Parts: sequence; C-alpha cells; structure tokens
Amino acid sequence: MLNDDVNEKLTLETIPTIAPSHRFQWEEVQDCHVILYPEGMVKLGNSSAEILKLCDGENDVSAIINKLQQLYPDAELDNDVNKFLEVAHENGWIKYK
Amino acid sequence: MKTAGSNTNKVNPPLWLLCELTYACPLQCPYCSNPVEMANFKKELSTDDWIRVMREARKMGATQLGFSGGEPLTRPDLEELIAEARQLGFYTNLITSGLGMDEKRVAAFKKAGLDHIQVSFQASSADLNDLIAGTDAFEHKLEMARAVKKHGYPMVLCFVLHRQNEPYVREILDLAVTLDADYVELATTQYYGWAFHNKDYLIPTREQLANAELVTKEFQEKLKGKMKIFYVIPDYFEDRPKKCMDGWGAIFLTITPDGLALPCHAARQLPGLELPSVQDHSIDWIWNDSPDFNKFRGLDWMKDPCRTCPEKEKDLGGCRCQAFMLTGDATNADPVCSKSPHHQKVVDTVEDIGRIAGTPELEERPVLFRNMKNSKEIIKKKTTETI
Repeated sequence: MLNDDVNEKLTLETIPTIAPSHRFQWEEVQDCHVILYPEGMVKLGNSSAEILKLCDGENDVSAIINKLQQLYPDAELDNDVNKFLEVAHENGWIKYK
Repeated sequence: MKTAGSNTNKVNPPLWLLCELTYACPLQCPYCSNPVEMANFKKELSTDDWIRVMREARKMGATQLGFSGGEPLTRPDLEELIAEARQLGFYTNLITSGLGMDEKRVAAFKKAGLDHIQVSFQASSADLNDLIAGTDAFEHKLEMARAVKKHGYPMVLCFVLHRQNEPYVREILDLAVTLDADYVELATTQYYGWAFHNKDYLIPTREQLANAELVTKEFQEKLKGKMKIFYVIPDYFEDRPKKCMDGWGAIFLTITPDGLALPCHAARQLPGLELPSVQDHSIDWIWNDSPDFNKFRGLDWMKDPCRTCPEKEKDLGGCRCQAFMLTGDATNADPVCSKSPHHQKVVDTVEDIGRIAGTPELEERPVLFRNMKNSKEIIKKKTTETI
C-alpha cells in the first residue's frame, strides 16, 4: 500500500523522510526542485524544497523548524512547516519514521 | 517554413520520454495500441542509439522515462538501458506484462536503479485473463506482482477495461488490494491500433460503465491515502474530448522500436507526417523544429468548430488520431465533441453496441488478436486493395 501510516499524526518528535517510492531532486532545466513518482512529477517552490531537504531521516520536526529558523530568523515557521508536512504526507511524498 | 504554434509561444521541453523498445510481445491483446502493420517494422534501434536518445532528452529536461513495447523484457539490454537512464537522473518506469521476467531479473533491475514497475493484467481471473491475452499468463503475473512488491518497488497495476472485463471491476480491485498495489490504473480502451479493429468486441455498455464507476468510487473512498485508483470514463461516452497527450508536442515524446519520433504512440498512422528518425536527427531538432512536432502544436492549426470555440484551450481539439480515424481528416475536431458535425457517428456506435450487446449477433463476431501473423495478413490485404 502507498501509505500505511496514513492515520498517523504529526508531532514535534516525528521524523519525516522522503517516501522510498519518490525521488526529490534538483532540475536544472526547470530551475526548481521536483518530486518524482511513478509516471508523475511535482515542481516545488523554494520554501517547500528547503523543508524537504531536511527530511533526511535524521531530523525530527522540531529540528527541522530550528534549522530553518536559523536561515530565516524573522519568519514564523511552526505553522507553515507543520501544514506543508501534513500535505506532503497526505500526498505520499514523505513517510513518518 | 511556418512553425505553427511556436511562432509566438516558447516551446516547453519534453517531460516524458517513452521508449518503445520493441514490437515483439508474447501476449496478443486485441486492444494493443501498437500499429497493426507492425510486421513491417522489425528493425530495432541498437543499445547505443537508445542511450544517445536518453542522453539528449534528459539534457533537454525530460524527467520521466518509460520502457514499453511490445514487451520491453524481450530486450536483453534492458538492464543496461535502465542503469544508464537512472544514472542520467530519469525516474525510470518499466511498463510490462511480466512475461519474460523472473525474480532474479526483478532484483537485477533494482540493482540497475529501476524506480517503478507497472504490471498489466487483462482480468481478475485466470480464464478471462488468458483468453484476452491469447496465452497462459495469469499465474506468472501474480507471481511477478508479488516479486515486485517484495523487492521494494512502488507498483502500479494496470487493467485495460472493455466490455469483456468491465463487469468484474469489483473483483479486479479486490485483486489489486490482495496484491498490495500502490496505484491502480483502470485504463479504458482507446480505439487505436488493434483496438480500432476490435471495437465491436471491446466497447462497453452504458450500464457496465455506470456500475464500474460506482464500484470504483466505493474503493477510492475506502482506500483513500492507501491506494490511488485512477479511472477515466471512455471518451466515446463523453460529449467533450480529452486533452489528448496534454497537447501535441507539449509533454510527451515517443520513440518507436525502429527509431521514429512521435508526439503520441498512436500517431504513426496519421497521413502527412514525415516521421523523423532519431538516426537522422537530434532530439532537440525533432522536438523544437521538426514539421511533425509543430503540426498540431498550440491552436493555430485548428479549423471550425475548434478555431472559434471558447473551450479550445481546455481540450486543444481532442485527439488527432481519433479525428483522422473517424472523419478521415486529422485537422477536424475530435468527433467525441458534440460540436463536431461527425459526433453522431460516435453516438450511433455506442447505441448500436448497447442494443445488441450480449446477443450472438455481436458477441460471436470474430476477434482479431494482436500477433505478427494477423499483422502480415492485414498488410497483404491493404497492399492488394491499393493495387
């Protein structure tokens, strides 16, 4: 099944990782990061890509927020990061480890 | 030379490269989209040719790569091609019947970097599956589907739907659940290639479709987030055409086994195309500058009713192959559209089938299975007609 943890809730301790069926990579011609999956592709905006770069199986959600906060000290990130991760999870791009 | 469509708009790069590696196939499905004259095109591109094609398309920005056919497993260099494709950064899809594969090969593909395997089934039971495939295939397909999952691939199961298997959509989706599919494509038969010859055998009834839609919806809700089920209504039953291939020369680039570049895998049959070969031209020239890829690009080629239609950008006039097959002119509106003066033909076909479905008059009509012998006979018949 695509997503066996579909009902799992996101917490600060969740460690999100790119789903094994998906690939996250930089595309020179498109000039953006993309998510690739069976027979499809999604182009990502900068902030989405910054979050996904940190979904490496090491960082939990609070570490992701902290690291992004260092890059963007003035931004209020908590909500945006949580929301994006939930959408990414719903779409099957990431797994909650 | 006028480059229609590209004179004002920048041409976007291809995103999808479909490598039809061969027309050889152990199956004989009567809805195959390969050309019925396939026996005339036995020459296949070499490994080096394919590698060059992949490199050039990747450089232009293509990200998705499909290996199909025919049955791509008949190519002994498939492992090598997969490795090259993955190293170039493609997301690699193998579109297969499963015949010609064993678990060892499934593992070897994984090692080479294959991202995804799509396994086709003809039906949910051995009897019907093997009748449609024209060979004993069902048990092996089950085994291969299990091997695909065991080796950690995402798996798409593809079922081509038509009147013979449409009543079993529930059983088909149950099978997909049992096999732990990630995605299911309930792909309605498109009436090109062999399917066009076998329309009488394939076109479903309205009642079958209504039931299939209900069952699919039920499974989609039940499996939300767990399994993605794609279901598209057959366009003969619609009154607006599909945006075929997302537009001519917009996203898709198909290369045939013998090296011709096509904007869609059914386009080989269209008259007036020059059919550029990758052995004579670069992919860049073919995509951006060739007359073929500009022929129906954008909106400039249209005539009425499309030219003045407010929905023209939405469906781009529908399918060029369907327009040609049903009206004799590829620049006409797709007759699936109710604004087409030829639409009645589509309506009549569906109604005729509905009226006589289930009776010997329809069900006992001969079926033309897809194989080289039948292909040769069709070619012979056509040649005799021309003389």
